Amino acid sequence: MTPRLGRFLVGLPPYAWLALFFLVPFLIVLKISLSEPAAGIPPYMPLWEWGEGAALEIRATLASYAGLFGDELYAYAYVNSIRIAGIATLGCLLIGYPAAYAIARSPTAWRQSLLLLVALPFWTSFLIRVYAWIGILKTEGLLNALLLGLGVITEPLQILQTDLAVIIGMTYSYLPFMVLPLYATLEKMDLSLLEAAADLGCKPHQAFLAVTLPLSVPGIVAGSLLVFIPAVGEFVIPDLLGGPDTLMIGKVLWAEFFDNRDWPMASAVAVAMLVVLVVPIMLIQSARSKAEESEG
Amino acid sequence: MILYSLLALAYAFLYLPIVVMVIFSFNASRLVTVWGGFSTKWYGELLHDEKVLDAAWLSLKVAMTSATMATVLGTLAAVVLVRFHRFAGRTLFSGLVTAPLVMPEVITGLALLLLFVAMEHSFGWPAGRSMTTLVIAHATFSLSFVTVVVRSRLAQMDLSLEEAAMDLGARPLTVFMSVTLPLIAPALLAGWLLAFTLSIDDVVISAFVSGPGATPLPIVIFSKVRLGVSPEINALATIVVALVGVAMAIAGRVALNREHARPA
Repeated sequence: MTPRLGRFLVGLPPYAWLALFFLVPFLIVLKISLSEPAAGIPPYMPLWEWGEGAALEIRATLASYAGLFGDELYAYAYVNSIRIAGIATLGCLLIGYPAAYAIARSPTAWRQSLLLLVALPFWTSFLIRVYAWIGILKTEGLLNALLLGLGVITEPLQILQTDLAVIIGMTYSYLPFMVLPLYATLEKMDLSLLEAAADLGCKPHQAFLAVTLPLSVPGIVAGSLLVFIPAVGEFVIPDLLGGPDTLMIGKVLWAEFFDNRDWPMASAVAVAMLVVLVVPIMLIQSARSKAEESEG
Repeated sequence: MILYSLLALAYAFLYLPIVVMVIFSFNASRLVTVWGGFSTKWYGELLHDEKVLDAAWLSLKVAMTSATMATVLGTLAAVVLVRFHRFAGRTLFSGLVTAPLVMPEVITGLALLLLFVAMEHSFGWPAGRSMTTLVIAHATFSLSFVTVVVRSRLAQMDLSLEEAAMDLGARPLTVFMSVTLPLIAPALLAGWLLAFTLSIDDVVISAFVSGPGATPLPIVIFSKVRLGVSPEINALATIVVALVGVAMAIAGRVALNREHARPA
């Protein structure tokens, strides 16, 4: 067996698998987004068909996209998804940065365990972690009981079924995605730079703003993208924690597919979501390949 | 000191909801905020819920099968990305491997279902939504996570060990089986466990590719959760958390021991 053949045989299974089950499906989504909906199984018209006399008939329509742009509901859902995902990303950054910083500056012997404690919730069920917040946030839930008991509020707050609950749930669920890349950059930082800054008369907070913060930008970018991208298309969190008027694009896609059985429309929503996310996805891909090159 | 208080707050934020849920799974009262005394009756009720047990069994089978497939495919993909530097379509390949990591699940789920429907329409396989479609879908998205874990291990590996084996006349397959594979085994185990937990936890993609005859546990939990909080779900959730916790503790221990045993 030649080395060339051997390499081909190693590479073929994953390549073929991903092409068939990841690349081809997206092409099908694109195709169906251009089809006409129909009442049947499957509920869409074929995009092309061999008509009489072997003439190829192509029936493409932009009707789904026209519906997408014509109805303000969709535009609102897109903007709202980006807004909620953006606020949740900020929340993760505000909680995650001090945490990552504290871990990176803690004694070496502790770091692995502290990091494991951050990653551990990610390994337990996502669904269950989101579910746990329902009992805390609902009107007769624990948070309201606590606040009422302390006399902070006199009327229970309506938090569950609002955008705020969705933001809390997302911040909570995606926090590990923020902390891990932030820790990786902060830990690699050359601490002698801070000593140099101090020798030159920088106060600690000045040194942080002038040295640490700029050096941790790659971690901030990577962490923010890892939180933001899945958060935009999130379905479970807005469905369980949000209210009927918490419109997010993942929920809209779900409703088009499962409730309205409009597959072409669901596909068009998916294509439009990908268009919004393609830039952040490319950014994360290029950051990844850069990191690999430096790893050697 | 302020820094460590903030860290402690972050940990409290991460763990309190789970702790609260575990405590209330032992609550005799059905009410969420009223403590009616310690009870394990909700656990007993779970054990008699056929629907939950069937779903749990299916989820277990799907997770074990898909994690195994994902580990094989993901490891091959990692070998390709770390060791083969130049080949036709490398950029496309590395894009295909990493894209599932960040792709919103609703898109992946929809895309896979449309593929299965088109395949069934064209040549009759896979027939309907079944365990098969679940396994294929789960193997596809967890493959990428296995690749990430195995890839970093492969990249850190000391190449001179493989070279030594090759100099001694071992063929590439033998080198891989007797030198490379034992060295990356902890990463394979970690990757398998990651794929397993991702599969057993997946709601969105499963909702698209599962059918009436094949409903995995997360879908059953999800439809119960949509009706509101209940002590039964708290109990079910506690069991899931406990099982995953134990599995992770064992995996962590194995990985750490190997790490220390490895000659520097």
